[in-house]
Amino acid sequence: MDLTQLTAHELSDLLASREAGAVELVKAFFARIDQVEEDVKAFNIFTRDRALEQASKVDDKLARGEELGPLEGIPMAFKDNMCTKGVPTTCSSKILKSFVPPYSATVVEQLAQAGSIMLGKLNMDEFAMGSSTENSAFAKTCNPWDLERVPGGSSGGAVASVSADEVAFALGSDTGGSIRQPAAFCGVVGLKPTYGYVSRFGLIAFASSLDQIGPLTKDVTDCALVMNAIAGHDPKDSTSAPVDKPDFTKSLINDVKGLRIGIPREYFGAGIDPEVDKVIRQAITKLEELGAVVEECSMPHTEYAMPTYYLIAPAECSSNLARYDGVSYGYRAPESGDIVSMFKKSRAEGFGPEVKRRIMLGTYALSSGYYDAYYLKALKVRTLIKQDFDQAFEKFDILLSPTAPTPAFKFGEKSANPLAMYLSDICTVPVNLAGIPAISIPCGFAGGLPVGLHLMGKAFDEGTLLRVSYTFEQNTEFHKVKPSLGVK
Amino acid sequence: MLEDFEIVAGVEVHAELATKTKIFCGCTTEFGGEQNTHVCPVCLGLPGVLPVLNRQVVEYAIKTGLALNSEIAEFSKFDRKNYYYPDLPKNFQTSQYDLPICLGGHVEIEVDGVKKRIGITRVHMEEDAGKLVHSGATISTSDVSFVDYNRTGVPLLEIVSEPDLRSVDETVAYLEKLVQTLDYIEVSDCRMEQGSVRFDINVSLRPKGSDKLGIRTETKNLNSFGSVRRCMEYEIERQAEVLSEGGQVIQETRTWDEGRGITLSLRSKEEAHDYRYFPEPDLVPMVIEREWVERVRERLPELPDSRRERLLELGLSAYDAGVITSSKALAEFFDAALDKFKDPKTLANWVMGDFLGLLKAKGIPVQSSPVKPEGLAELLNLVENGTISGKIGKSVIGEMFESGKGAAEIVKEKGLVQISDTGALSGIIDKVVNSNPQSVTDFKAGKERAIGFLVGQVMKETKGQANPGLVNKLLKEKLETM
Repeated sequence: MDLTQLTAHELSDLLASREAGAVELVKAFFARIDQVEEDVKAFNIFTRDRALEQASKVDDKLARGEELGPLEGIPMAFKDNMCTKGVPTTCSSKILKSFVPPYSATVVEQLAQAGSIMLGKLNMDEFAMGSSTENSAFAKTCNPWDLERVPGGSSGGAVASVSADEVAFALGSDTGGSIRQPAAFCGVVGLKPTYGYVSRFGLIAFASSLDQIGPLTKDVTDCALVMNAIAGHDPKDSTSAPVDKPDFTKSLINDVKGLRIGIPREYFGAGIDPEVDKVIRQAITKLEELGAVVEECSMPHTEYAMPTYYLIAPAECSSNLARYDGVSYGYRAPESGDIVSMFKKSRAEGFGPEVKRRIMLGTYALSSGYYDAYYLKALKVRTLIKQDFDQAFEKFDILLSPTAPTPAFKFGEKSANPLAMYLSDICTVPVNLAGIPAISIPCGFAGGLPVGLHLMGKAFDEGTLLRVSYTFEQNTEFHKVKPSLGVK
Repeated sequence: MLEDFEIVAGVEVHAELATKTKIFCGCTTEFGGEQNTHVCPVCLGLPGVLPVLNRQVVEYAIKTGLALNSEIAEFSKFDRKNYYYPDLPKNFQTSQYDLPICLGGHVEIEVDGVKKRIGITRVHMEEDAGKLVHSGATISTSDVSFVDYNRTGVPLLEIVSEPDLRSVDETVAYLEKLVQTLDYIEVSDCRMEQGSVRFDINVSLRPKGSDKLGIRTETKNLNSFGSVRRCMEYEIERQAEVLSEGGQVIQETRTWDEGRGITLSLRSKEEAHDYRYFPEPDLVPMVIEREWVERVRERLPELPDSRRERLLELGLSAYDAGVITSSKALAEFFDAALDKFKDPKTLANWVMGDFLGLLKAKGIPVQSSPVKPEGLAELLNLVENGTISGKIGKSVIGEMFESGKGAAEIVKEKGLVQISDTGALSGIIDKVVNSNPQSVTDFKAGKERAIGFLVGQVMKETKGQANPGLVNKLLKEKLETM
């Protein structure tokens, strides 16, 4: 039995039955990492010693006959934009290469509390800006299904690590699709929770009103377990919703009979790969067979989602990233002379081209004389997009679309054309603008590459998403197919 | 040349709020402290941190708005003001832009007996920046600069006036009134010397009779009424000179050079920052419940104007009432003492004379005076009922300041009880009269003043403990029988 191929809940069962120990798990995953990481390049840094130390404490607990929590002793990793006290947190940017946070993000604390074991920090597009992880200042993470292809982004390292069995699960962040699009590209389960459900405290901000942390897992059950650990109100995050969190595993019900699923036709427009379209249609048929009621619908403002997103996200980013100036932490350009040159040179040398592009877009959109025409207009359109969803949810329990219009593309295929790259998030971006939850689950293959099924739900109704996902998963085998990587 | 112009001025006041903790984190707001010790990841603006609004800041803003007759917004929000400066760790200041917490309002001032109402445009909440410490004079002339973030995130209120001020006196009166009000409602320590209140002065001139506004300059960061006065006087004269020579005032931000007594150009309108304000996405908008506003209104203390009015009704002069109500602490001291000693005029004389004099000499604020209101009242009652003389009283209050002991205790310990015993006094009077025959002769010759000398001698003999009225009376009787 290869331990690393198992899901978190399967590993947890092994620990509970004393068939495996926590140190054994950590060693197994590091062995796997040693085997495949050279090809995948998912990690920015490893925390091996720390992990072994934590694992031996879990083993002590086991030896004392104590019961473990559902994620206790389970090896995992964080996208490198979540602050980890004493462990470098870089956002895969030169400007934060030397940054070691003196505090931990709430999610990091929560998982430490749950007893999960961090193996390291995961590569990403610089500051979570990108859809291929090619914008990392450090390395290009490869898609475990085809090393010539991107893993998607911006949580590319996180999904690749899960897909390549380097960890049992990971946490990613999603501003416009950064959990779901790579989850689709690498064939894993990725949930972007409702805005405000998971604390953003300690998540290095890209666009504050859109960012949300979520789980990347090998199956839907693990997704529910991780949500149980990380969802809930955090007094340190004023935008975190003051709601009680349910037990998400209660939604793992294998039944969708009578559930109403809307298929917004705007999500199947030009640019969708015919094979992806076919796979999604098959998934729809499958859900119908399982008893769901499926109907096509329209979300008329969908076409404005991309321009709206590319005003709001860069505007917020231009302000959020202003703090990287070389004054008290991070990269400072040497020999700058005066303060203004220090600011300019540190930022010019510290940020990559995509980050600069977005800072400039956002600065422009917020400038006096342009604010009303761009930023304010975008806020108004955002409300219209939200209303599209509100109306659709009067009729449907969930909405369904492909996660991405194409399967994983090749390195360099879109990096020269930012607009083409942006369009790979066309199905995921409206969800962030509306603040609702959405999940991507494996639903088939196109040309041998995984395809993701995108399910969108009502705010704080992750339960229905999990239920539909679980039902689909229980009645298909796609999530069990592993990339051939490392099985040379 | 100046008499051809009318002055139009408006002021922005930044007041640090007297909350225990900062506006968006739990760090202390205490002044001083070793550099960069009152900080945490949140106020340092480290990657990933989020602000959490201090409720007390909002309550103080509401309180201020009510005291300034403003309307308290039902819906308010924070915005980001974006600009780069090394004392600003996030390179944006979390402030309020288009939906401030308080709108409108006014303050009454009185200059040369003329009352005037000065309009308030708005009051909003924001965070303070850090402090730069340069190796040289300025950031551009220094080899190295340091940042102290202790002050970063200390809550500020910005209070913006209408351009209703027409003279330097009006401006200073307005600022004094505003600071006095903030002090009364206890939202700010108002410690000017620590920079807890700062003023930005906008001033322009226009030809008398014109109703068009002239081009204004803004001089930033003044921290005393004296500097405001000197700065305005300089700036008015400078602008008048430019205009009289047919020139144009440049719209710009200026800075006050206290040492040289002049204002200097900081940046012109063209160089002005584009702050790129937008709603702070890390904070949710505030819905300010009316019940909250009403609760704050009910707890609002008596304001300076009504307090002053009350003292005038007690028969104090306008000047005395003004001095006593100038700070809340002094006014409260007066009221508390008045509770135990019923003569307001005598009390006012003592408070403004010996009491304030001793405090000033020792450099201690009213709040921490070793002599409490009850203590002063006790002393004055001893004077009034003749137990000690007024003169002895003055030495007793000094002793009270030194030792912290009560008046009666000091009087008893030192045997200072006034001698009002006719028998005890007549012996001393006989002695004084006998040893000063010349004065007696003078008195007999009609020199009334001679009796003063004799009274003085008796007081000297009794170490000031004799009742002077009684001595006078007994002396006259004695001399008339001679």
